[in-house]
Amino acid sequence: MNASRPDFATLTNGQAVKRSEIPVLTPEVFGQAILDGVAARQRVSALFGASSPIPGATRIYAVLADDEQNLLSAAATDIAGGEFPSLTPRCPQVHLFEREIAEQFGLRPIGHPWFKPVRYCRSWTGRDAWGRPAGQPILPAVGDFYRVEGEQVHEVAVGPVHAGVIEPGHFRFQCHGEQVFHLEIALGFQHRGVEEELIGGPNARTVHYAETLSGDATVAHATTYSHVIEALAGCQASARAQAVRGIALELERLANHIGDLGALAGDVGYLPTASFCGRIRGDFLNMTALLCGSRFGRGLIRPGGLGFDADADRMAELGRRLDAGEKDATVAIRLLWDTQSVMARFEEVGPLPRKVAAELGIVGPAARASGLERDVRRDQPSGIFCFSHIPLSTCESGDVFARAFVRWLEIQHTIGFIRDQIRSLPSGAPRVPVKALAPDSFAVALNEGWRGEVCHVALTDAQGRFARYKVVDPSFHNWPGLAYALRDQEISDFPICNKSFNLSYCGHDL
Amino acid sequence: MINILLARLQQKHRTMKYPDGAPPPLPDRFRGRPVIDTAQCPEGCRACADACPTGALDPQDPGRIDLGKCLFCTDCAEACPKQAITFSQNYQLAARSRKDLLVARERQAAEVAAAALDAKYRKLFGRSLKLRQVSAGGCNACEADSNVLGTVGWDLSRFGLQFVASPRHADGLLVTGPVSRNMALALKKTYDAVSDPRIVIAVGACAISGGPYIGHAEAGNGAESIVPVDLYIPGCPPNPLTILDGLLRLIGRIEDDINFQLSTRNAQLPSKNP
Ligand code: SF4
Ligand code: SF4
Repeated sequence: MNASRPDFATLTNGQAVKRSEIPVLTPEVFGQAILDGVAARQRVSALFGASSPIPGATRIYAVLADDEQNLLSAAATDIAGGEFPSLTPRCPQVHLFEREIAEQFGLRPIGHPWFKPVRYCRSWTGRDAWGRPAGQPILPAVGDFYRVEGEQVHEVAVGPVHAGVIEPGHFRFQCHGEQVFHLEIALGFQHRGVEEELIGGPNARTVHYAETLSGDATVAHATTYSHVIEALAGCQASARAQAVRGIALELERLANHIGDLGALAGDVGYLPTASFCGRIRGDFLNMTALLCGSRFGRGLIRPGGLGFDADADRMAELGRRLDAGEKDATVAIRLLWDTQSVMARFEEVGPLPRKVAAELGIVGPAARASGLERDVRRDQPSGIFCFSHIPLSTCESGDVFARAFVRWLEIQHTIGFIRDQIRSLPSGAPRVPVKALAPDSFAVALNEGWRGEVCHVALTDAQGRFARYKVVDPSFHNWPGLAYALRDQEISDFPICNKSFNLSYCGHDL
Repeated sequence: MINILLARLQQKHRTMKYPDGAPPPLPDRFRGRPVIDTAQCPEGCRACADACPTGALDPQDPGRIDLGKCLFCTDCAEACPKQAITFSQNYQLAARSRKDLLVARERQAAEVAAAALDAKYRKLFGRSLKLRQVSAGGCNACEADSNVLGTVGWDLSRFGLQFVASPRHADGLLVTGPVSRNMALALKKTYDAVSDPRIVIAVGACAISGGPYIGHAEAGNGAESIVPVDLYIPGCPPNPLTILDGLLRLIGRIEDDINFQLSTRNAQLPSKNP
């Protein structure tokens, strides 16, 4: 399929259309179009259920990203009854999406090869895809896990509470001695029911939900949310606001990438970089705090523009801190590449081959480390990234080293980008008024957060309220990549593999 | 090797002097303890309470802010027609009891800093307090800014405070998140695995009250629904300095009163929605 195929409506990033313009296809045509699109190197950015005008039915929407043509496309299908044909056997990247639809709407994906809950919660419709009785409590990570049988095979279970200061999740390893045959990851412990509560918004809480979908990606999610609102309200943030949003997004990337490189160093026992980067990460968080008072960018991004404007003195100070931070980070991170013992631990560990990364629909630095050229800032640009381009950073080997090195390349490019923005900050209102949202509309926005593609899709009702608000955190695409990367690895390499992806639990669990 | 030494020289000694010296500077837009001047409130005005995402301002009696629910988002101040609500630079927000988190005009002078543990606990934990962190349904920012206290800049371990890998090695828990339904059992079990006497510290609006997720069916309204809490550290997330101040008060390393001097320097408010 190419994006102009008539059965999918084409859109650009940050565009709103009437819901009536989203074609409603038969399940067969809908499914085939997704398979054809993915075969033509498109990606599934979102696949989700919503209510349908047909009583008793569920409407499933798909948003595909065509990175080569810089276009998005969307369509829907109505599923009457309690099941739909699973696409997962022919399109692995939809497997978690289908499990999510099953869990939220009680629909069974027929033919799904690994049909388990995603977040261990009740469905929104009262219908249960697994036929669990209503009164029976649903316990997280309780159920069958993939098992390898054999005399010398053993199982290792870790979590939900982990040894470090980190979010909860459950990991099941099938091991033969030290060697991991299979890792299965069960999440949902961070599930706090945000998507369900977003329905009926926007209200006083909505922007705060956007800021806390994944706290370490506050700017990425709040910007994406603002793009959705601005699309639906038919307004645009000023060039100045867009530039500051871009600066904040890139500061978020810097803080996290630098922190990750330090944490990777710590996990292989290389303490100089671990301790330097731990501190330097804080310096970058404090640069975000310089802009808005919060180290995580709370309050900075608001629909219509910015919560806080950036005056000239502040920008000059940011420039000075950026220079100092760059110097410290460069010295600290270069040590990694010059240290044989570190490289020996990074190289050829946790490989994710390019072909597998493509099939699983991996996004962000993890995808680029496996040689996939995908980056929303380049492929589906919005805001400042329409005018100012950041070179794409890729690596080929797909191992821990590649995921670390791609971060280092991105750190360097991103610092240059911020410097350019500071130098040429356009004038303009920090915030423009936001009118009521268009009724019966469909809007989608994407941004390249530091972990990869953040995708939000909103459907409004006749009053301009959210009938559905879908959030896809990059972690939702990438957790299966981590599980795959562990195959045939030593179980003792799990920490560095995990850190090299550094995925969000709360962004996945919502 | 020589590179490591050169790098070490370049990076310098960075551990802060605080609490013996001045605290690290806070950004001018930092939003700390709110100050409410109810004398300015027009009769019957509820603009702030209506704007508040979490119900931190009581709609029956706006003019009181529950710091345990507050996100320090300033939506209330933006909505206020009289600029009666401002946010100060005061970062000393921790409290030992839930009711001490209430900020109201008539209480301002009486706002109490978190008191130290009593003598028995202090003897046990005052010089060595090991904490097991449990993350239970929040957004991960509270974990991140608790964890940062372990970096060289803050160097938490110089106070005998440390995050440990097992509840069996811990003297208490540091809980973040509203306690999602799916984490309730794990939190309880982790608590039970810490031997008595033990303490619990709730960090962030989520862990104190549910925060942005107050009232959700899938999440509890804070750690207190599962375990008793000994120290509350408000914020969304609290600045690391607020967390450190709370921890040091608990072990008796800081005993001075809340610095209301800081409360007079008002943080900048965000640009208004035109
Ligand atoms: S700053 Fe606190 S009291 Fe004011 S609106 Fe935000 S959450 Fe409510
Ligand atoms: S209190 Fe705020 S920052 Fe802390 S976990 Fe909850 S939402 Fe995140």
